[in-house]
Amino acid sequence: MPEAVHQPGQAFGQVIELGESPNRSAWLRFRSNRPAVVATVFLLGLIVLALAWPLISSQGDVHSEAQFAAPSGGHWFGTDVHGRDLFGRVMAGTRISLMVGFVGALVSLVIGVLWGATAGFLGRWDNLLMRTVDVLYSLPSIIFVIVIITTLEEILQRWLQSTLGGDGGETARMLLLFAGLGAVSWLTMARIVRGQVLALRERQFVEAARSLGLGTGTILRRHILPNVFGVVIVYLTLTLPAVILYESFLSYLGLGIHPPRASLGSLIAEGAAQINPIRVYWWIIVYPAGCLAALLMALNFLGDGLRDVFDPKADNEH
Amino acid sequence: MPFPCPDLYSIAGAWAWFRAVSLAYFLRRVVMLVPLVLTISFLAFCLVRVAPGGPFDKERAPASPDIERNLKAKYHLDEPLWQQYLRFVGIGFEKRDGEWRAFEGGLVRGDFGPSLKYRNHSVNDIIAQGLPVSLSLGMLSFCFALGIGIPLGVWTAIRRGRWQDHVGSFVSILAVCIPAFVLGPVLIVLLGIRWPLFPVGLWGGPWHVILPAITLGTYFAGKVSRLAREGMSQALQSDFITTARAKGVSERSIILRHALREGLLPVVTYSGPLLADLLVGSFVVENLFQIPGIGVFLVSSSINRDYTMVVGLVILYSVMLLTLNLMVDVVYGLLDKRVKYA
Repeated sequence: MPEAVHQPGQAFGQVIELGESPNRSAWLRFRSNRPAVVATVFLLGLIVLALAWPLISSQGDVHSEAQFAAPSGGHWFGTDVHGRDLFGRVMAGTRISLMVGFVGALVSLVIGVLWGATAGFLGRWDNLLMRTVDVLYSLPSIIFVIVIITTLEEILQRWLQSTLGGDGGETARMLLLFAGLGAVSWLTMARIVRGQVLALRERQFVEAARSLGLGTGTILRRHILPNVFGVVIVYLTLTLPAVILYESFLSYLGLGIHPPRASLGSLIAEGAAQINPIRVYWWIIVYPAGCLAALLMALNFLGDGLRDVFDPKADNEH
Repeated sequence: MPFPCPDLYSIAGAWAWFRAVSLAYFLRRVVMLVPLVLTISFLAFCLVRVAPGGPFDKERAPASPDIERNLKAKYHLDEPLWQQYLRFVGIGFEKRDGEWRAFEGGLVRGDFGPSLKYRNHSVNDIIAQGLPVSLSLGMLSFCFALGIGIPLGVWTAIRRGRWQDHVGSFVSILAVCIPAFVLGPVLIVLLGIRWPLFPVGLWGGPWHVILPAITLGTYFAGKVSRLAREGMSQALQSDFITTARAKGVSERSIILRHALREGLLPVVTYSGPLLADLLVGSFVVENLFQIPGIGVFLVSSSINRDYTMVVGLVILYSVMLLTLNLMVDVVYGLLDKRVKYA
């Protein structure tokens, strides 16, 4: 717990004695946050397992006769409607969900940082840019994403077919998914970056840089953005579960990943489609759902841990 | 500020504050809604029209070219796009019965036009049927989210750092990690089928409401409780609380009368986006529990290229959210007098 480190007395004295660098004390603070450490280990394990599973698994993605087999030694999570091993499906879904999450979060990072830094640093544009963010905040962005995905998919698919050849369906859907998810989740990032840049702009080292004759671009690149980095990393970690959640939501509605590919959302949708009062195949819902919940939880704990370490606001509290 | 500090707990005082500080600002924002909604409607209109395919592609019997032409003519889909948009908005003239007359219906008269998929119904009819259901589901989930989330968040903030805090925080993080489409199927299987306590679908008596409302509300309860915890623990550390403690105000009164008002500001800010997310979340819940709301229509009509329906729903959602956010801003100003509206 960060609170413990900051208590007057032994812990605080220790930091001074050792003469910690900021990075090292941040690392110590992070390490003392047990949920965050557990979450990190879990995440790393899950990522490695999800990536390596196709290599170590002997079952592959084949259809078998064993439809809806209950969990057993052969199939740890049971099998699904086509008799495929559910553990392999969940790992494949995790892989796709994580990939979509990372790319979507990166898109939101790029848009958000550029937008926020421009608004914060160039005062002239501030009002216009941030009013736009305000307006977008008050709009149902996910509804636009749904409409955009359903309408533009075929256009993009045709265009990809004519330029790249082959069936562009999957690529088109992926591209739209990345763009749409990134587009709905950059707003908070832009606000935070702008606030940070506004505060940093008034600092003396920026004034010094300017008096030395550095241009706006150089100051932004060399002095402002590196200092925004910590906060950006924190909110990137917190954006990641949000993007994964959105992706699963869209996949659940049938607008995200298409079968035979799987994401955690589409696996849950497949499970929910099999609900009937006669026989309950609980494993085809519970395992993908549990995996999604555990993934989101680990990301949230990691984000909280990083926020305690990096966010200056959390620092001032103590 | 020369304005004397009003008594915001009375209606008259609140009104006086509102009139003096922010009436002009809010009026300007209300006026701004008009071009905003027009822009949104234009974008949505263009977006559905550029999409390939049309509303009559998936007719049961493949329509002959003649039938399709007649259908298109009936719904004015053969006109140039700008004319269709003007007709949709309802500004302009057309030649009818040999005379030039103004368009009938249109957005300015509150008419979204006929649905192109459910052709016996107008979009207004469908919305009028589904919206009350969706709204009551949304309001119930909203009450559930606030009713569970705020007490949990406040309680964990008061017990900050103790085991109650750890347990409560864990529960709220857990809630944030189980969205409606995860919780819903699990609840149906457990409480609907395994132990049939609740009906698993449809909409009717109070028993039908419980599972959908819990399904939709749990995620937001978790989110609200985390915001409330953050806000309250910051409020409890601020100087005015220390002063109140020093004056010997009871702990109960400190929390209820002083800290709550400041500590719940993040929750108030979030309640605008919260309502947005509730409306969106209702797509899944309505689908899952077979509830006849309007959420199910957005996805299906957008896939079916039901032009008028899509645009109507997008406008409806946007207007609802813009209004709600405006109201949230008013409430925020009432709670936090330091906010100045420019």
